[in-house]
Amino acid sequence: MTSVLVCVKRVPDVSGEVLLTADAQAVDARYVGFTVSAHESCAVELAVRVAAGDGATVLTLGPAEAVEQLRSALGVGCTAATLVEADTAGYGPADVAREIAAVVADHEAAGRRHDLILLGNDAADTGDFQVGIRLAHELGRPVVNGVKAVEVADGVVTARGDGPDGGVETFRVPLPAVVTVLEGGVEPRYPTITGRMKAKKVAVETVAPHRAPDGPGRVRLTLPPAQPSSVEVLGEGPAAAPAVVDLLHSLGVSR
Amino acid sequence: MASVPPSARVVVIGAGIVGNSLVHHLARLGWRDIVQIDKGPLPNPGGSTGHASNFIFPVDHSRELADLTLDSMRQYREMGVFTESGGYEIARTPERMEELRRRMSSARAWGIEAELVSPDHVVVKVPFLDKNKILGAFWTPSVGVVDSLRAGTLMREAAMALDALTVVPTVEVTGLDVEHGRIRRVRTSGGDIEADTVVIACGVWSPRIAAMAGAAIPLTPAVHQMISVGPVPQLAEREGEISFPIIRDMDTFCYERQHGADMEVGSYAHRAILHDPSEIPSIEQAKLSPTEMPFTSDDFDPQLEQALELMPDALGADGAEIRYAINGLLSLTPDGAPILGETPEVKGLWSAAAVWIKEGPGVGRAVAEWMTHGHSEIDVHHSDIARFHPHQRTRAHVRSRTSEAFNKTYGIVHPGEQWAGDRGKRLAPMHAAEAEAGAVFFETAGWERPFWYASNEALLGEYGDAVMPREHEWDARWWSPIINAEHLAMRERAGIVDLSAFAMFDVVGPGACDAVQSTVVAQADVAEGRVIYTPVLDAKGGFRSDLTVMRLAHDRYRVVTGGAHGMADLKWFTDRAGDRAQVVDLTSAYTTIGLWGPRARDVLGALTDDDVSDSGFGFLTCRGVEIDSTSVLASRISYVGELGWELYVPMEQGARLWRLLHEAGRPHGAVPVGIGVYGTTGRLEKGYRAYGSELDAERTIVEAGMARPKVKAADFVGRDAYLAQRTAAPQAVLCTLTVDDHVSASGVKRYMLGGEPILTRDGATLTDGHGHHPYVTSAGSAPSLGRHVLLAYLPPDQATVGNGLAVSYMEELYPVTVGSVDATALFDPANERVR
Repeated sequence: MTSVLVCVKRVPDVSGEVLLTADAQAVDARYVGFTVSAHESCAVELAVRVAAGDGATVLTLGPAEAVEQLRSALGVGCTAATLVEADTAGYGPADVAREIAAVVADHEAAGRRHDLILLGNDAADTGDFQVGIRLAHELGRPVVNGVKAVEVADGVVTARGDGPDGGVETFRVPLPAVVTVLEGGVEPRYPTITGRMKAKKVAVETVAPHRAPDGPGRVRLTLPPAQPSSVEVLGEGPAAAPAVVDLLHSLGVSR
Repeated sequence: MASVPPSARVVVIGAGIVGNSLVHHLARLGWRDIVQIDKGPLPNPGGSTGHASNFIFPVDHSRELADLTLDSMRQYREMGVFTESGGYEIARTPERMEELRRRMSSARAWGIEAELVSPDHVVVKVPFLDKNKILGAFWTPSVGVVDSLRAGTLMREAAMALDALTVVPTVEVTGLDVEHGRIRRVRTSGGDIEADTVVIACGVWSPRIAAMAGAAIPLTPAVHQMISVGPVPQLAEREGEISFPIIRDMDTFCYERQHGADMEVGSYAHRAILHDPSEIPSIEQAKLSPTEMPFTSDDFDPQLEQALELMPDALGADGAEIRYAINGLLSLTPDGAPILGETPEVKGLWSAAAVWIKEGPGVGRAVAEWMTHGHSEIDVHHSDIARFHPHQRTRAHVRSRTSEAFNKTYGIVHPGEQWAGDRGKRLAPMHAAEAEAGAVFFETAGWERPFWYASNEALLGEYGDAVMPREHEWDARWWSPIINAEHLAMRERAGIVDLSAFAMFDVVGPGACDAVQSTVVAQADVAEGRVIYTPVLDAKGGFRSDLTVMRLAHDRYRVVTGGAHGMADLKWFTDRAGDRAQVVDLTSAYTTIGLWGPRARDVLGALTDDDVSDSGFGFLTCRGVEIDSTSVLASRISYVGELGWELYVPMEQGARLWRLLHEAGRPHGAVPVGIGVYGTTGRLEKGYRAYGSELDAERTIVEAGMARPKVKAADFVGRDAYLAQRTAAPQAVLCTLTVDDHVSASGVKRYMLGGEPILTRDGATLTDGHGHHPYVTSAGSAPSLGRHVLLAYLPPDQATVGNGLAVSYMEELYPVTVGSVDATALFDPANERVR
């Protein structure tokens, strides 16, 4: 019996050229729409697997539109959702960690424990790499970062990730714990039509932030200089097929 | 960076299905030195072709779209990229079943094999569909899917094999240079190309490219949502891309189309989501492709439920996941038709836009023929870019009409249905008086035209059953028996008709006579003050228009034509005016009021001291008359077969003339009469043909029964073809038919509205010399005859007066009899009343 909370962030679904908003406080999503990061998609997938029958709760801090990302997580198997409705722009990682901790405390007070809290390794837009660790600190829990696989047995979470030398690191920490997830360990499922319809019917808990943001803020985002792109012609006609197969293998998109 | 050739005979911008089809057909027709460019890479540059669902249902109520689609299917088959799957349009409601019966009419009329079938028929072929959800279906066995990208590659390769084509991908158009109204150059990121013919085949980007030359292509990018669900076990068991028929779930505005192991579900049910061409991301900025925009799932959720309800076992199968979901961009136009032809703003700059996969190759062929010969085999006048009036090119108009039309993509659209949005744009000067008289306004080219007047309701009591009331709601929708009452009052007394929507332009200058003479069929070198009614032909002898021309002076002709086609006529005349004549649009300068009926002379005579007697003002003449202190140009012609005039006055004096005519008409029992009479009942009783219904570029003067004894000696466009037509036996003959019995099997009297197939009495198909099947080109009441009248082109051996045939309406046969096999009117055949 493991109760899992997974935290996600509504971010622009950028895969090509990145555009910033006029005030340089956020990535412009006008052409790409919104999603959660690939790390968080994997965290959601792990949450659903670990929680099994017990149900996983998905949480986000963001604008009212972030319900869309909560519904997506509900559509692939989460069973409850909480929106801390706030204008994300003013919230730095310390503020976000504190607000998540406050929700965890409130839920516990109401009799809902969250034994395992999963987050993405870092946000896709701001890349702070901090919320997981700060959250663990706030809650006084152990934390493992950059994990690709998670299992829970007998009150212990086993988290596996890539080691620095190409090997695998395995950590065993007692619950309750915080784990941040790196993409690549699991293949996130797509929603089914029935899943999507079920998600539509779940009532999303919406709460106000506990406090105005007061942690370190952001001055502006800047884009790195554009990387020169180059085109390599792999070949022409059927003769190019082996090179294409090799490339697909090296990208890890075919097995 | 790719670089382009410095010059070309023609530049085709765009390598989607349209541009690819076009270069192929241009090359086939002998064009060389064709340069085709695209911003994106090949074979999928990122436009709408790349994400199209690629299926084709051939039946459409529009003959033009159906013919373009049939031609496209033939071409896709020849290229080996067509897979026939069959397709069902299913009905969940009785109203939809009736619409499917109407679709059968179109299928029979256009010669497309189709059948109305039971739910059991559907589940034999699509076993995972819940047959309890449907009442029946329209089965088209020839429905199929195509590989539009492969087709594009094959067509480019065919043009390259002829050494006719250079293709340069990944160059962006940065400007179009126009000099003295003519396109000269395409500027690109890879260099400039000198060319005096350029075609914009840029799909959703077309407006942006056209604007670089100061031209308008009034389309809007709009979202069509699509998801792909799989793997569906029922589909995965089968080999190949598609082995189950495609389902169009018409009442939920959705379709389900197998694609390998996945089922694509597409929707036209969501809110209209319009984009601006400048808001489309670049290839670098886009997540997938520029025209695969982020999916907005909330908009699609209701369709998920409906799709699941229809196919619970397939779409709800274990493991069937939503693996792909997009807001795909496609092009919509304010009237739903493509945008083809040379732009009226810039000579040599052509548009081939707002074309879907199902019409692509057909459009490519038609536009290539048009560019080569000046006309195409398939009549495409509904798609002519010249059709738009200025207000119809505005962004606000495009957005309003496309928003309204989007949910009608699978809708049940009555042939008389009116737009709700962007109305009240062009008001006649007498509009206030008309509104006060309870005018029911229909729109033509932006003009609000009274179709009938509530103030004439009292006439219903006067004429009783002679107004031919219609008891079925569909037959009576967008119609009123008051139309027929107004008709009878006009025939008995007089009617006053607002014809402000006419398009009007003058041909002026020393070359005016030559310009008109060489453009129209009738003798135009006539005395000043003569009025001619004349066909206008293309070089192959098909109708471009029919209109009236007044010779006002030795160097001035005034052309009066219908509003709907007026702008295309304006371009046609402008293109042929030569250096010694100018064409000046006067549409907004003059209003026209029609005055017709046996008392018309009394009414006009009461208003003027001028001689309006037959000897003083003969038929087919025009001249100025003074009405009070208003100077009016009066023309003695009639489209309703009555004595009377068209009266032209400056727009600002129209309200006054309208009032004067009513005041003078009242003692004679004159009433305001709507376009219901002018356009339908009065016209049909007289057998007058209408451009767009009986007349188009696929019809000839001879077949339309409009040949005069002589052909003028002077040359004119289409003369050679017309002379040849006169000596050949006609392949079809335009006939007037009357309906003998209206009572349906359920005992309700039914009245055809147009588009229905004409069959033998026992329901057998008829075929004319062109291989076409006869259908009703116009239908309407003939109240003075007490009959419902139909016009149709019949095979010559069926065109005999008294011949008994049948019309199929909502899949029931009604007996009809041929009443006239030429232009002879059923009413007043000797034309005594106009005298």
